[in-house]
Amino acid sequence: MDWFPLYNSLRIAAISTVIIFFLGIFAAYYIAKAPRLVKGTLDVVLTLPLVLPPTVVGYLLLRLLGPNRLIGQWVMEQFGTKLVMTWWSAIFATVAVAFPLMYRTARGAFESFDETLAQAGKTLGLSNTYIFWRIRMPVCRQGILAGTVLAFARALGEYGATSMIAGYTPGRTATISTTVYQLWRTGNDALAFRWVLVNIAISAVVLLAVNMLERREKPSPGKGVR
Amino acid sequence: MALEVDVEKTYGSFHLEASFRSEGEPLALLGPSGCGKSLTLKCIAGIERPDRGRIVLDGQVLFDSAAHIDLPPQRRRVGYLFQQYALFPHMTVAENIAAGCRGLGREERKKRVAELAAMLRLEGLEGLRPRQLSGGQQQRTALARILASEPRAILLDEPFSALDSHLKWQLEPELKDVLDAFAGVTIWVTHDLEEAYRNCPWVCVMEAGRTAPVREMASLPADPRTVGAARLTGCRNCGAAELETETGWLRVPEWGVSLRAAAPWRTGARAVGIREECLRLAAAGEDNAVDCAVVRRVEDVSAWVLLLRPKGSGPETPLLRMKVEKGAALPEGDTLRVVLPPEDILILE
Repeated sequence: MDWFPLYNSLRIAAISTVIIFFLGIFAAYYIAKAPRLVKGTLDVVLTLPLVLPPTVVGYLLLRLLGPNRLIGQWVMEQFGTKLVMTWWSAIFATVAVAFPLMYRTARGAFESFDETLAQAGKTLGLSNTYIFWRIRMPVCRQGILAGTVLAFARALGEYGATSMIAGYTPGRTATISTTVYQLWRTGNDALAFRWVLVNIAISAVVLLAVNMLERREKPSPGKGVR
Repeated sequence: MALEVDVEKTYGSFHLEASFRSEGEPLALLGPSGCGKSLTLKCIAGIERPDRGRIVLDGQVLFDSAAHIDLPPQRRRVGYLFQQYALFPHMTVAENIAAGCRGLGREERKKRVAELAAMLRLEGLEGLRPRQLSGGQQQRTALARILASEPRAILLDEPFSALDSHLKWQLEPELKDVLDAFAGVTIWVTHDLEEAYRNCPWVCVMEAGRTAPVREMASLPADPRTVGAARLTGCRNCGAAELETETGWLRVPEWGVSLRAAAPWRTGARAVGIREECLRLAAAGEDNAVDCAVVRRVEDVSAWVLLLRPKGSGPETPLLRMKVEKGAALPEGDTLRVVLPPEDILILE
């Protein structure tokens, strides 16, 4: 059994998760504080990839990144490289599709953050950077971790947009999901089934991790205020 | 050390105009909830930005709209005790206190945390998280954290609102001791006159976003001067009034009566007040008497309260309240003639 699809899926999911983590937190933090109209508009735009069919996302990405399209052509001229049909092309697809999961979960966490903690930090002389990374992030860590894990899981399972923008080239762009489809299509049912089992195993581990995080983070009923 | 505040801020339909000065001794900012007390504190701490005005602490300008000065909260050195204490939930007691220490080395910081923990009776609790503490311990941790930041002023926002009343009596003297040892300015926000009276020699009454002049706390209950202050001191009966120039009596239209008052009328006055325990049954031919219908007899813990509607007043006018100690004879009947004794009438602005 050639393990390349597993390796490729994992590296694509890992890199997209890192990108999504920072983009998602950045978007969530600023949009949580934005006025209502801006918030509503950006929320729709940023959540759209979650509800659109992945093929539609793939189509839109190809319209932007394809060799003869706006961004694709410019990158080709400037750097002499194409943006589609390489292994890392799939990252565009996974980032677009999995980003809303991170963004929405992190935004929910930021919105329920007690602002008096940040205000207290300021009056104590703590810098805004300290307050963000040492107070806001740790206090919101449950939502942020959950968002990160969900985004990773979604990126790992991405098929539609990935197959359109990175295609299926064995040993180069093949991921678990595209391999399963290809194997089934060519009648290699036994091997397809083995990849299905691999995929189920990984996803089950990820969901188990989410559940354990939630259980551990559940606030224990303590005495005192609140 | 002195704090001077003179700020204005509009928040939707709410308008804040706060102006007062405090020198060292604790000043109570006393007013009903929603009158702008907390907003005033937030302006001083730099959490909210006033539209106009000036804030000076210890000779340093913290905010001046005309000179475009607006120091960030980090540089104001103003400690703020939040209603719910705002302890960092993911940090231990020691880490919370250490977070307040500005620019100290590791060893010095450790020493300072130990000192403050000892001073505020937090020894043995250093490794616990805020949610494992009782309300009083949380408050002391928050105070230790504030003291660690070496503030020039401490602002207390309803310090006992998060605690049960029996705890309050236990913790209040401790808080007072800590503040007595503190050399800077103390502003104590509360809606509770008795709490303010016990802890602050000075008081500034706030009502609907406006501050009254600062005065000595001791004189407030006997002479509240404004309707707001009268209500805060427990005076339940207040009615709009005007001076009848020919007689020198005071006309109170909503009670349908003209009153003779022992205290002189002041320019700017617009109402009279009388405490519920000062009302009594009228003797025949007595002045300052009002005919009332008895709307309800309410039994309270130690007294009866009669709710009275003065004859001729509309259904929207607040009822007069008359307190009758238990054991005294409770007036019978559907109507009463009560007297508002001249010496008990408060002249209010």
